[in-house]
Amino acid sequence: MSREILVNSAYIAASILFILGLKMLGRQTTARRGNLLSGLGMLIAIVVTLLDQHVVSFTWIVVGLAAGTAIGLACALLVRMTSMPEMVALLNGFGGLASLIVGAAEFFRIRGGTVTPEHAAFTSTSIYLTVLIGGITFTGSVYAFCKLAEWLSGRPVLFAGQHIVNGLMLAAMLGAGGLFVATGDGRLALASFGVFTALALVLGWTLVMPIGGGDMPVVISMLNSLSGLAACAAGFVIRNNVLVVAGCLVGTSGLILTAIMCRAMNRSLANVLFSGFGAAPAASAAGPEAGAITGELKPISPEDSFAVLEAARQVVIIPGYGMAVSQAQHVVRELAEMLERNGAEVRFAIHPVAGRMPGHMNVLLAEASVPYEQLVEMDAINPLMASMDVAVVIGANDVVNPAAARDKSSPIYGMPIINAHEARTVIALKRGKGTGFSGLENQLFLLPNTRMLYGDAKASLQGVVAEFKSLAGA
Amino acid sequence: MELILLFFIFTLAGFLGFELIAKVPSQLHTPLMSGSNAISGITIVGALIAAGADDGSWITTVLGTAAVTLAMINVVGGYLVTDRMLRMFRKKDAGAKPENPAP
Repeated sequence: MSREILVNSAYIAASILFILGLKMLGRQTTARRGNLLSGLGMLIAIVVTLLDQHVVSFTWIVVGLAAGTAIGLACALLVRMTSMPEMVALLNGFGGLASLIVGAAEFFRIRGGTVTPEHAAFTSTSIYLTVLIGGITFTGSVYAFCKLAEWLSGRPVLFAGQHIVNGLMLAAMLGAGGLFVATGDGRLALASFGVFTALALVLGWTLVMPIGGGDMPVVISMLNSLSGLAACAAGFVIRNNVLVVAGCLVGTSGLILTAIMCRAMNRSLANVLFSGFGAAPAASAAGPEAGAITGELKPISPEDSFAVLEAARQVVIIPGYGMAVSQAQHVVRELAEMLERNGAEVRFAIHPVAGRMPGHMNVLLAEASVPYEQLVEMDAINPLMASMDVAVVIGANDVVNPAAARDKSSPIYGMPIINAHEARTVIALKRGKGTGFSGLENQLFLLPNTRMLYGDAKASLQGVVAEFKSLAGA
Repeated sequence: MELILLFFIFTLAGFLGFELIAKVPSQLHTPLMSGSNAISGITIVGALIAAGADDGSWITTVLGTAAVTLAMINVVGGYLVTDRMLRMFRKKDAGAKPENPAP
């Protein structure tokens, strides 16, 4: 009994550390300590579980802990900052799979007769939910990983009757779950367990399939939330407080992040998940609508870009996924330093869904040692935009498309954007003449005060920086 | 009664989660996400209990060991990756770039 009290007191301590850690992660000055605290909570939870009276054999535990630590270390230390979105997705998937297996292990223990649950129906329902959520989290995250790592195309994949197939699978899964909970027959329970486990794994894959690369911030935060809920459901299976608390905290915080991402695109979660947004070129690009801008694309050379920037006093840099692709963050920081030395004030304007995960641009710029005071959120920069001499758009597209504000027929109408078009001059860096993720022609690029700097963003910026350097040397 | 208590805890933790995250600056969204992702590795507690049960069934041992490994990857990888990112966020004067001239 006294051992049980010790274990549970330690779980309370761990829960408190998780809560404090999450709270401190929300502020720049305390974030790192918060993460350490939460890690300490995890360490306490792991150590004290080894003291649990039900844990009697340690051989395989040591093997698992050692292997997991080695792989986790390798993942964390070797991954490049630009590969962070796929790394987070992959780790998330492992967590989901672990929860699924915890549910499965408990099922086999009950089957083997070593554990007899007090409330059989409740435990079966919890096992079902754990497997369901854990399975969807695992394959969904693996698919997201493949898309982000570009092992698979980032384009949405649609096939005929996709929603019907998903709906049928969901129905079959519910049926198998009902059977699993209700049946007293061991073989029938095993069969239905196999069926809904397989279906959950397939469903995770097919749910992420129709979601395109630009919507990944939403998907990643949602999968993050699901991995927490899977752990929470596993907590109900083995009736463990700390699993329920920690899992639920992650589940709700992930849900909030998902909602923030959806709001930043002015789209509902259902629209993101099911519409196959960006699969086909949008129809409204066909003809000029009321309020649409027409014009032509006007290219500019790095030399002329330098001349424009050299004269500027207020510069705003708007990064997008293109900066991540060409890994231009370091040369961007170099350019910002040159501009500041030249007497200009430089700000970075960050759209909440720029890139492939929440806060993606902030991480890349931090890696390049851009101080975070220079990073300005969308709502803070927009009122200042009219006083900006130059806006440099680096591989961002839909998040600066004025059609979102003006063109009611545009599919992205209503999405909050960074008002780059209000700046006196816009220099847009772009690899080619293709459209953005939404498949839309960007009206910003057609404006009379916009110049297009074509080519790889890193190479183009190196050209501009070289001009600054030769000026300084002269 | 035990189940009711679990639901009670579940509900309170849910509300707490909402309150904690509601006002986080967007700069911290990635570390917050990967930090909470590491917390979801708490499922390792269930994995340890399964792997250490030693109830004579090889299925439980195999599943438990696999779960411990996977959850540990999530925990170790998650916390380290988060720390790596947070270490990079720095203030202007804290940066190691003394060549910056004063404006």
